[in-house]
Amino acid sequence: MITAIGRTTLLALTYLGELGILLGNTISAMFAAPIRWKLALHQIIETGARSQIVVAVTGAFTGAVFAAQIFFQFHRFGMDSAVGSVASLALFRELGPTLTALMVAGRVGAAIAAEIGTMKVTEQVDALRSFGVSPIDYLVVPRSIAMMVSMPLLVAEACAFGILASYLIAVPMLGVAEAPYLRNLTFYTHGSDIAIATIKGFVFAVIIVSVSCHEGLETSNGAAGVGRAPTRAVVISSLAILGMNLILTFALNIIFPSGQ
Amino acid sequence: MIEVRKLSKSFGGRPVLREVDLTVEEGKTLVVLGRSGCGKSVVLKHLIGLLKPDSGEVLVDGEDIIGLPERKLTAVRRKIGMLFQSAALFDSMSVEGNLAFPLREQGIRNEKEIDTRVAEALDMVELAGEQHKMPADLSGGMRKRVGLARTIVGRPRCVLYDEPTTGLDPITSDSINHLIRRLQRKLGVTSIVVTHDMKTAFHCADRVALLHEGRVHYDGTVEGLKASTDPVITDFIEGRSGESD
Repeated sequence: MITAIGRTTLLALTYLGELGILLGNTISAMFAAPIRWKLALHQIIETGARSQIVVAVTGAFTGAVFAAQIFFQFHRFGMDSAVGSVASLALFRELGPTLTALMVAGRVGAAIAAEIGTMKVTEQVDALRSFGVSPIDYLVVPRSIAMMVSMPLLVAEACAFGILASYLIAVPMLGVAEAPYLRNLTFYTHGSDIAIATIKGFVFAVIIVSVSCHEGLETSNGAAGVGRAPTRAVVISSLAILGMNLILTFALNIIFPSGQ
Repeated sequence: MIEVRKLSKSFGGRPVLREVDLTVEEGKTLVVLGRSGCGKSVVLKHLIGLLKPDSGEVLVDGEDIIGLPERKLTAVRRKIGMLFQSAALFDSMSVEGNLAFPLREQGIRNEKEIDTRVAEALDMVELAGEQHKMPADLSGGMRKRVGLARTIVGRPRCVLYDEPTTGLDPITSDSINHLIRRLQRKLGVTSIVVTHDMKTAFHCADRVALLHEGRVHYDGTVEGLKASTDPVITDFIEGRSGESD
């Protein structure tokens, strides 16, 4: 039992170390080598533009369901007008960044791991290196830039659709009075809430792209390995997002206390 | 041009290469023979720094490339081109994109020059006019030819061939063998061919090295190899496994 725990801890630390090295090399390549903006732009379209529908739908349904649940609970105490502000805070501080990150990990992280993994097992990564092209410069940096640019915007989009959907459920459908709903929404939502959403989105972007690229670059054992890489990328990214979300929630509440 | 000294490499504790010594002279063709999994491709990947050995040296034009950081290996890699076993064409790019890639990476920006050199390289491998095809549309033999064209388009001084005829029919294999010899004559490149195909070895080699159990078992001329009575060599040449039905 103790041996198993020790082995798992060692594996986890080794993995973290490998991720750290990859992240360090990526940041260093961003400054040391010319950035391939054409590839980065292509990746922004793949990562950001093509994820919009899934993120908007996720945000909208989350906002709608959350607004309905809050209404059902708060209505008993005559606190209907708080629905908008509670939904908004929850979306900006937790649900928007986390659910967007989980959706992007599933859609984009899996694709990154599969694409780079296929290139690895078909020797295309070695071919790049044989031409003096670093796989970090060519494959990882453009994807990292794309993810870091896209994620905060996608989070903002998810939150916006969530707030819009919560309004549509609460006001026209459940009959909450519009004026107090909007007044509370704008009164209790602050710049700090938007900052939290943006910071979380950025950190989750780093997690998704680092894990996915690492899984792709470490792929071996042919088709079976390529099959495993996206699954591992999604599972590890998702767990890391959930864990990091807890840490960020505490850390960011110290930096941006609620209500300020 | 290339010298390998006491190269050793293990994977997961299993030794694959044990103190391998090899030398390739400028403009000559060395064929490295050996059974599947004996470490031939591993030797090749060390020559352009794709793998790091456990010990030993790889000298390219007298400079030891082991331990050079990735960015410093770029200059070495521009001297040496490699045809990968699977051709390793970039499947997101057309044939033209694949061939233009190393040129653009060398800093050539003149599109006219790129077009001319791509066309010349394709012409050399007898695939003129196939620029716009995608790798998925090519047969195995065509992929190898495009891979070879991509290898030589940057005008390397040395070309490494990793199993150039594996998976090809005998006629296409013969055509690839002729192509290797023709390129060496036309371009004067130093070549190292890793194979277990005896036809390729006899057709292309100026010198042959046979890897056996991680060591160089034979290093000499084709004639010497053919005349050898060493059972390891004769079994390999005649394809005898020693098993019976």
